[in-house]
Amino acid sequence: MTETGIALELSGVTKTYRISQGLFGGSKPLRALDNISLQLRKGEVLGLVGESGCGKSTLAKVLLGLEQPTNGEVHVYGQPFASHDRKWIARRIQPIFQDPYSSLNPRKTVREIITLPLRVHDVVESREWDKEVGGMLDLVGLPQRLIDASPSQMSGGQRQRVAIARALIMRPKVVICDEPTSALDVSVQSQILNLLMDLRDELGLTYLFISHNLAVVEHIASRVAVMYLGRVVEQAPADRIFDAPKHPYASALLDSILTPDPSLGVPDVNMDGNFPNPVEPPSGCTFHPRCPSATALCSRKRPEPVDQDSGFVTCHLHDPAHQGEMA
Amino acid sequence: MTGIDNDMIIAPSPAQQMRRRALRHWGFLIGGSLLGLIVLLALIAPLIAPHDPYVQDLSQRFLRPVFMGGTWEYPLGTDHLGRDYLSRLLYGARISLTIGLVTAIISGLIGTTLGVAAGYFGGRVDTIVMFIITVRLSMPVVLVALAVVALFGGSLTVVVLVLGFLLWDQFAVVMRTSTQQIRSQDYLISAQALGCSTTRIVMTEIMPNVLNNLIVIITLEMAHAIILEAALSFLGLGVQPPLPSWGLMIAEGKDMLFFEPFLITIPGIALFALIFSINMLGDGVRDVTAPENRN
Repeated sequence: MTETGIALELSGVTKTYRISQGLFGGSKPLRALDNISLQLRKGEVLGLVGESGCGKSTLAKVLLGLEQPTNGEVHVYGQPFASHDRKWIARRIQPIFQDPYSSLNPRKTVREIITLPLRVHDVVESREWDKEVGGMLDLVGLPQRLIDASPSQMSGGQRQRVAIARALIMRPKVVICDEPTSALDVSVQSQILNLLMDLRDELGLTYLFISHNLAVVEHIASRVAVMYLGRVVEQAPADRIFDAPKHPYASALLDSILTPDPSLGVPDVNMDGNFPNPVEPPSGCTFHPRCPSATALCSRKRPEPVDQDSGFVTCHLHDPAHQGEMA
Repeated sequence: MTGIDNDMIIAPSPAQQMRRRALRHWGFLIGGSLLGLIVLLALIAPLIAPHDPYVQDLSQRFLRPVFMGGTWEYPLGTDHLGRDYLSRLLYGARISLTIGLVTAIISGLIGTTLGVAAGYFGGRVDTIVMFIITVRLSMPVVLVALAVVALFGGSLTVVVLVLGFLLWDQFAVVMRTSTQQIRSQDYLISAQALGCSTTRIVMTEIMPNVLNNLIVIITLEMAHAIILEAALSFLGLGVQPPLPSWGLMIAEGKDMLFFEPFLITIPGIALFALIFSINMLGDGVRDVTAPENRN
């Protein structure tokens, strides 16, 4: 292991898709990920939030090795992705998906689902498999009698525990949680979240926690990154960003959390317009058409990340170089 | 008694549920047992056939079946060459079943390979496969079969090969759609994220989930092939005499339609029963297995 303390590092990761514009229109580039740089320290939980279509899922696919980044590099525990194959990545990074009804093959038993990683990677002898599966069932809090059950015999929470057992049986370093609780009952959500936190302490895991649910992120994440149109606009420790978001988009997003008090109604997020077409992103700062504090500079010049409180914010408002113009 | 321990309750497994549904499905039971009976009779034909199906006895031509005043010596009568009709019927079942099964296997292999490849890889592979399917659909089966048989002569092998290479379109279309549905499921992405090979993903993640659709298409195409063989043989371009194909038996009896109609009705009823049972079974398989697919 390296001494850097960094589990996962993305430097300048860009993913561009070609979007066909009909028969004679040729194709246009769609930047799903635009120059993303993130660091996950060992043992931390990085919450990744943003609207639908901002590139969260593309980022997850790149980190799982399912998509090659167009540009940039990913390092896990100091080693670059590029020089290794998908199996190598699979042993280090594993996913937990949103919908436990679609993430388990309905034709397989729990035993078959959890041993699949062992079959593929051939790291444990086959007579040890049952012992391994039994251990995993204990670890995720499932009774041993479910070992030969099929997914259709289990509840959503139980299925999600099976999915977690499958993800962890190879002892990965980093787990990509793609909305792991949003398909579950509220009562089960907290059980799964607590299980994830216990497993992190027990196995020394690092989580990238992708979610819409800001309340969950506030509860579980140690740091938060906010994405907008393929870019990370702000990244900061969780308590700082929830107390005092710097980027106008981050503050609008956090203001949009519904309060339990119905008399307050839907919160006014003070944000104009709709989500822009990602194929033709706005000039300058891509957020400027919706930004309440946008100035002429914002539509001309793209902001660069400015380091702030052990994170960064990508906004001219907080860039000392432009303090005069933004006044 | 302390009541029921809630933790010990477990829903019935998919296999148990399927068995329960199968035992309640009349079409499945009737189709299955009728087809089972025909297969059994075809298998033990040499043991139960009263005569050699090829031996001619011109002194015993056009004897009527026992229920039309014939004797038990020839329970279903004899044909225009004095061959025992029951024995020919039993051996004919072997031919029909062979043609149905081998054709379904050949066309199933072709169609499933094309369909799963198109559904799984998508993009350019899908475009090419769709083009091949369109080309295949634009060719009339009977016409192509007639042309090929006219070129190479009719025989059991030629008929099976021609039908096998023509009847794969349904397999390809259905397998393509079912694979597309599964492709976006998270368990497939999870298998990819594990570094599974494409072969493993197709064999262990996709195939078990499209198997019920495959079985239904196999039964439909078996019935289709058997009917087509009968039609080709009736036209004299399929299985050649003296093989006892049911279609050929109908063709040979057609001259006597107004005098000895049993020559046509008996193989006709046999053909009907076989197709009916296969289709009932296929429908049943779909009903019995489908609820699972919808979770």
